[in-house]
Amino acid sequence: MTADTMHSEYHQDTAFQPRANRLGLWFFIMSECFLFGAFLSARYFTTGTFRPEELNQKLALAITIVLLASSISAYLAEASMAHNERKRFALWTTVTIGMAGIFLIGVAIELYEATLHYPPGTPYGSAYFMLIGLHAFHVITGMVGLFIVLFLGMRGRFGSDNYWGVEGVVKYWHFVDLAWVLIYPTLYLF
Amino acid sequence: MKYVARGLVLAVTGYLSGVALTVIINGNGATDELAVIAGYVLALIGWLAGVGGIEAFGRQWIGKTPKVSESQGWKRYFEFSIDHKVIGIQYGVTLISVLLIGGLSAMIMRIELASPGMGVVDLDDFNKIVSMHGILMVAVAVAGVIGAFGNYVIPIQIGAADMAFPRLNALAYWLLPPVAVGLLGAPFLGAFNAGWTSYAPLSVTNDSGQILFNLAIITFGLVSILGALNILVTVITMRAPGMTWGRLPIFTWAGFATSLLAFTVTQFFAAALVLVTMDRVAGTAFFSPDVGTGLLYEHIFWFYSHPAVYIMVLPGFGVILELVTTFARKPLFAYKAVVAALLSIVGLSVVVWAHHMFTSGMADFLHGPFMILTEAISIPTGIIFLSIIGTLWQGRLWFRTPLIVAFGWLFNFLIGGITGIFLADVATDIHLHDTYFVVAHFHYTIVGGAIFALLAATFYWFPKITGRMYNETAGRIFGIWVTLAFNATFIPLFWAGMNGMNRRVGDYPAAFEGANKFASVSALILGASFLLFVGNLLYSAIRGPKAGPNPWNARTLEWLVESPPSQHNFHSQPRIVGHPYDYGVEGSIHAHFPDEEPHAEEQREEVTV
Repeated sequence: MTADTMHSEYHQDTAFQPRANRLGLWFFIMSECFLFGAFLSARYFTTGTFRPEELNQKLALAITIVLLASSISAYLAEASMAHNERKRFALWTTVTIGMAGIFLIGVAIELYEATLHYPPGTPYGSAYFMLIGLHAFHVITGMVGLFIVLFLGMRGRFGSDNYWGVEGVVKYWHFVDLAWVLIYPTLYLF
Repeated sequence: MKYVARGLVLAVTGYLSGVALTVIINGNGATDELAVIAGYVLALIGWLAGVGGIEAFGRQWIGKTPKVSESQGWKRYFEFSIDHKVIGIQYGVTLISVLLIGGLSAMIMRIELASPGMGVVDLDDFNKIVSMHGILMVAVAVAGVIGAFGNYVIPIQIGAADMAFPRLNALAYWLLPPVAVGLLGAPFLGAFNAGWTSYAPLSVTNDSGQILFNLAIITFGLVSILGALNILVTVITMRAPGMTWGRLPIFTWAGFATSLLAFTVTQFFAAALVLVTMDRVAGTAFFSPDVGTGLLYEHIFWFYSHPAVYIMVLPGFGVILELVTTFARKPLFAYKAVVAALLSIVGLSVVVWAHHMFTSGMADFLHGPFMILTEAISIPTGIIFLSIIGTLWQGRLWFRTPLIVAFGWLFNFLIGGITGIFLADVATDIHLHDTYFVVAHFHYTIVGGAIFALLAATFYWFPKITGRMYNETAGRIFGIWVTLAFNATFIPLFWAGMNGMNRRVGDYPAAFEGANKFASVSALILGASFLLFVGNLLYSAIRGPKAGPNPWNARTLEWLVESPPSQHNFHSQPRIVGHPYDYGVEGSIHAHFPDEEPHAEEQREEVTV
């Protein structure tokens, strides 16, 4: 017996598993929010709203815009799959991965500059490296997820009636964006 | 065993390659902390891949159909089985083993504390043993009832064939052995001596064993979160037709409430330990005395670890409520109020954490609010207590082992609850903080509330899980023995604490010798009782008489199927038509199986009264 048929006995309706998956994903995202909450509150607890003057505000704003835009392309990828348009799905997923790559390059530059002006040994530097690092880890896992659905999508695994994998990864990607929407002002604006 | 062997090989390979890689890149020794981290992470991945992760998850990522273990018999307990009953037993056996190891460390501590001065161990080793005892027992208390019986019983109680995410459930279990190996392997790197609380900055500067502690506990947090998430989705989406929220068995409600807590606050312990790890290896300075603050650690840590005590005892409440209504043959008193109380404990427990920090130097204005919120939590707890007593009141009590242990629970938790008031109150807490009074109090609540519930649940569901009955005489003797020995161990410690004996010490003034000697002797008697417990269960699991489907004449769904339940729990879809606890209410039926042949249904109706 495979895992997919495990529940067939009592859950004949095909709507069940996506429903459970969706609920599970929302719970997972809620759970992640608490993780980010712990680190965000640590930043305010140790350094209040202090921020150093040397922050590269322009680059930070630029990568913020790129990351937020990648949410739109991720949405378009999901919508394309919902309409069974494989080529557009592949295009938008690739665009999303590309923008995530640009974001990570920007983060790497920021981190390099941070080591010069506010290294991890300072209170602000500690919070900065921790939050950026945690978020970058999530960006990388999101990219891995996008690569997997791109690969599976190209091989025809998904269709308009069966695209939970795409939906799940894209929802996670939106969450990664949302986390940045909270981290960016916490580190750069307040 | 093939999969476990493969997992071990891959784990060792992963560990060695992680260490080797770091040594080559960094040029430091093999016990360098970065090397240990890289080794642990790769070992964890290797272990999961080896025990079945490749077949269950990896295949899907490359577009193939996932495979899981389909073995039957003994083999499946050592494989990546997705049957929630197998996983429940895996949790149960693993955690009871950990309980016994943790118990042995307690025995060493009590032998050392039997007289003043240092005897069997030196002060540093004593700290390490205290820390090991603490974290092992916390792990058992957090995951014992909910991991073993939550997994085994909740899907059956709601009429489901399995959990909502069976593969995730298996994954969560298989993360548990690395936790145990990590904690028990820490002595090879110098062990950890900062207590299970691992307060910074001590945990930033002590031996490298602390790194293994951090990694193991972060993994354990993942077990907790994934398990909780699974239970929540299962209870929400997989209830049988007619199983409304108002008919949900109380143990399932308790598991649901526990999961609500576990999947939101567990991150905080992990976060605190990530910060400690970063301070150790990445050069951050969250807790360094000059630029950071140890208070940050305490806040983050207790934001998890106070709710954690409710993660420990809420399933215990569920077990005891479930038991008393069965053995008193009466409907559960104030079912709705109990559900409301369980949920309000979930809400209240996340706003009381700073009562652990009255002497830590946090802002004074926080003392009052945290004291009042903490005392407010005794209201829902009191409602649950009242429900237990109200159910027992004028019931026809059937004194089988589970009920005897439940009475022990009732008494212990009462003492634990009452002594808690003195610790919630700022004025008395400042005197009692960090004394043996606290030790005695939390042993009364956690051992009394969670471990006794684990014991009661083990006896209660043993016939269901194994299909055989434990030895009743030995069970009753154990129930009385463990209750008396437990009380004899911890009552004197209240006195020692009130008179100023500090906790976590390996040596103490001669004035406390009497109380400590008494406690030590009682502790050894308490420890010996577990030989009877384990012996009884092991013998009965193999040689015990057949128990039949419903030895307790209980009404919840797990008792309406054979013992042990078949692979999909039910042969046909159960329909829920009434409340699970209407004992003695004429003509009431909890569930029936309309698709089965008529005479089978008649038999079931007999046992539902």
